[in-house]
Amino acid sequence: MKKSKSFWVFLVLSIIAYSVIQYLITYQIIDSLYSNMIILITINIILAVSLHLVIGITGQFSIGHAGFLAVGAYVSAIVTMKFQLPFPVAIIAGGVVAALAGLLVGIPTLRLRGDYLAIATLGFAEIIRIFFLNIDYVGGAAGMQVSHLTTWTSAFICLFITILVIVNFTNSRHGRAAISIRENEIAADAMGINTTYYKVAAFAIGSLFAGIAGALQAHNFYIISPTNFGFLKSFDILIFVVLGGLGSLSGSVIAAVFLTIVSTYLQDYPSTRMIIYSLVLVIVMLYRPKGLMGTLEITDLFKRKGGGPNDKK
Amino acid sequence: MEWIQQLVNGISLGSIYALIALGYTMVYGIIKLINFAHGDVFMIGSFIGFYSITGWGLSFFPALIVSMAACAVFGVIIERIAYKRLRNATRIAALITAIGVSLLIEYVFIYFRGAGLVAYPNVLPTKTFEIFGAQISSKSLLILGTSVTLMLILQFIVHKTKTGKAMRAVSHDMDAARLMGINVDRTISATFAIGSALAGAAGVIFGAYYTKIEPLMGVIPGLKAFVAAVLGGIGIIPGAMVGGLILGLVETIVSALGFSLWRDAAAFIILILILIFRPSGILGKNTKEKV
Amino acid sequence: MTKNDGLLQVKGAGIQFGGLKAVSEINMELNRGELIGLIGPNGAGKTTTFNMLTGVYAPTEGEIFFAGKKLKGLKPYQVTRRGISRTFQNIRLFNELTVLDNVKVAYHSLAKHSMLSSIFRLPSHFAGEREMEEKSIEFLKIFQLERYKDEKAKNLPYGQQRRLEIARALAAGPQLLLLDEPAAGMNPQETHELMELIAFIRKQFDLTILLIEHDMPLVMGICERIYVLDHGQLIAEGTPDVIRNHPKVIEAYLGEEVAE
Repeated sequence: MKKSKSFWVFLVLSIIAYSVIQYLITYQIIDSLYSNMIILITINIILAVSLHLVIGITGQFSIGHAGFLAVGAYVSAIVTMKFQLPFPVAIIAGGVVAALAGLLVGIPTLRLRGDYLAIATLGFAEIIRIFFLNIDYVGGAAGMQVSHLTTWTSAFICLFITILVIVNFTNSRHGRAAISIRENEIAADAMGINTTYYKVAAFAIGSLFAGIAGALQAHNFYIISPTNFGFLKSFDILIFVVLGGLGSLSGSVIAAVFLTIVSTYLQDYPSTRMIIYSLVLVIVMLYRPKGLMGTLEITDLFKRKGGGPNDKK
Repeated sequence: MEWIQQLVNGISLGSIYALIALGYTMVYGIIKLINFAHGDVFMIGSFIGFYSITGWGLSFFPALIVSMAACAVFGVIIERIAYKRLRNATRIAALITAIGVSLLIEYVFIYFRGAGLVAYPNVLPTKTFEIFGAQISSKSLLILGTSVTLMLILQFIVHKTKTGKAMRAVSHDMDAARLMGINVDRTISATFAIGSALAGAAGVIFGAYYTKIEPLMGVIPGLKAFVAAVLGGIGIIPGAMVGGLILGLVETIVSALGFSLWRDAAAFIILILILIFRPSGILGKNTKEKV
Repeated sequence: MTKNDGLLQVKGAGIQFGGLKAVSEINMELNRGELIGLIGPNGAGKTTTFNMLTGVYAPTEGEIFFAGKKLKGLKPYQVTRRGISRTFQNIRLFNELTVLDNVKVAYHSLAKHSMLSSIFRLPSHFAGEREMEEKSIEFLKIFQLERYKDEKAKNLPYGQQRRLEIARALAAGPQLLLLDEPAAGMNPQETHELMELIAFIRKQFDLTILLIEHDMPLVMGICERIYVLDHGQLIAEGTPDVIRNHPKVIEAYLGEEVAE
């Protein structure tokens, strides 16, 4: 069956990609700047894809994703640094608690429409950030030191799982339900879809993976502090999804890779970076709101070339 | 009397929020856009005031006027370049664009000028009066007086001039207003101009009262002013005033009670509560949407 | 509570928006298998009535009974699962989804495989998806839309979009189908095909149908009974012949053609 075949292709490509990079790292063919960038790219892809599920698939405008990143980061840091538990436990804990936070935030806010929802998610993310700012147990404003435990292997496994889960969700009746909500919520309701359930579910799953990304991030940069998780971080993730194309998973991945590389090269010029980012965002919204890929996926482009079904009229 | 002092502080802060909130509410009322960049107009206004005072030696009121005029123009430019095209786009597209514009303003400004803060020189008379046993500075009274005067002028414009009537008409029904012969584009520009002028005024007032200003000063007050607008009832002008004052008072009380670290969170908690329990705001009407 | 033989019983239902009564004192009875029309001038409250029946609005007065049970406080998706489905005045298709996927969405609540089974690709997922695929394609065949199955819904010609909307509404498996101006924007040829389609689905799916329409020949031609709404209230009820000559109806439509 078609679907199984693409899964095996995905698996094989993943193993190849993983092995190549792992080889490069082990034998130090690439230096730490690049290996760090690769891990950062991986974390950003997880973030982009998790937000894609919420905004691109289900059409719920969340601009507070950094809040769940923060929850995952801090919870996982507490698990390793305060409770001395192994890293995998911390990752899972970070994801689970972030998912719970997603439920908590989602249930009251997902009944709001469009721009109000966006502002509410922003508000919640700020509340989360201020919460961590005021807790001395995690260092307050000074932040918290975290051991460097993230490796290419752990980051890659998390990425693999994230993409697999979200693709499997999308290509099922549940994904269709979510997309129908995005397309026309009133009609979806009328066709028997429990819209609240799916909105909250997508939000919680998106938060779960943001939490996992948070765990990876916390254990990669030696220190975490509330300033890492403000609105600018949410905006960074948002731009991956918007630039890539609202509704395209591969678009989000491509945008995340591209923008992370740009960002790394511009890290000494923060204002320039912000100017480029915001300019890109404005220009995309004004002149190509579909973003890079619209709602297409990479696999759609391959289908077209192979002379697949009838072309659009 | 400590609490009278706090009351005055709260109302002063609140009136600054109110002035900014008015811009948000008017723009949202007329084109249903959350103008994220509005907080940055506040910031630019503050800096224009600063440069007018330090560079050209103007005193408070002339600087205020200059800033208001410049911000009015600035607001119209933003509207024409960025928002006009999106009038028929989804609200989300407009919101994202507004976020982009906001960041662009902030970082272009930082790029050319640096991110450091500066201090307003003392431009307000610093007498203190004793009223009901509390020490109230003339600064506070002047701020209050200026804010109230501006709000009264706004009420006059909205209710007694042709432009104001056009603004109200377009807010109700853009197409009907157009059919009645109202120049919708010009009315929207006027709305942005007035809202931005008020934000600019708020910026100068803020600078004169709190003295320290920096390029990212518009972000948090901008968000809070938006909360104030929603609290009072988005799209309703008296709502912005009421919301701003309440928010200013709540924040001051929270601070005074010793929870100053949570002060910023107060605004967001209010936002969440209002959106969940009474999204139309204090003065808003509970209208159901027609399907 | 008396058990009624009819499928739908609306008793004194009404809804108030703010200070304005959009509709009030609506009394309707639909028996199984009937094809009933709901007509009235623009703004009379027809779609509002549909919205009350489908849970989009909660009535502020009166009661609605469906298949003997009261419809109270139900959300639209729950009403659909009870057996009432609808189309919309302005087509509400899932534009970016394919024609096939549009129909699959309507089958959603009849499928059983859980979110976890889909995420972990368990056998129940594959079985469930296969069943949905087969049923949906069968459905498209019935409506002669099969050749469009992989097209995005937004790319279909207008007439086929309307057809798809009806097909989708039926895929949800309703006993009562509410059609909101299905002939809007159609030429006489298309309207004729629509009339045949409605007659066909009524028999094929053993449906009860409530139809809002402005196209009088269509309504008079296929409806057994007609309710007439004006300014939010029922002003007449009866067979097409009765309605055709009813003074209040003629008055409501003053200036428009009522009978051909």
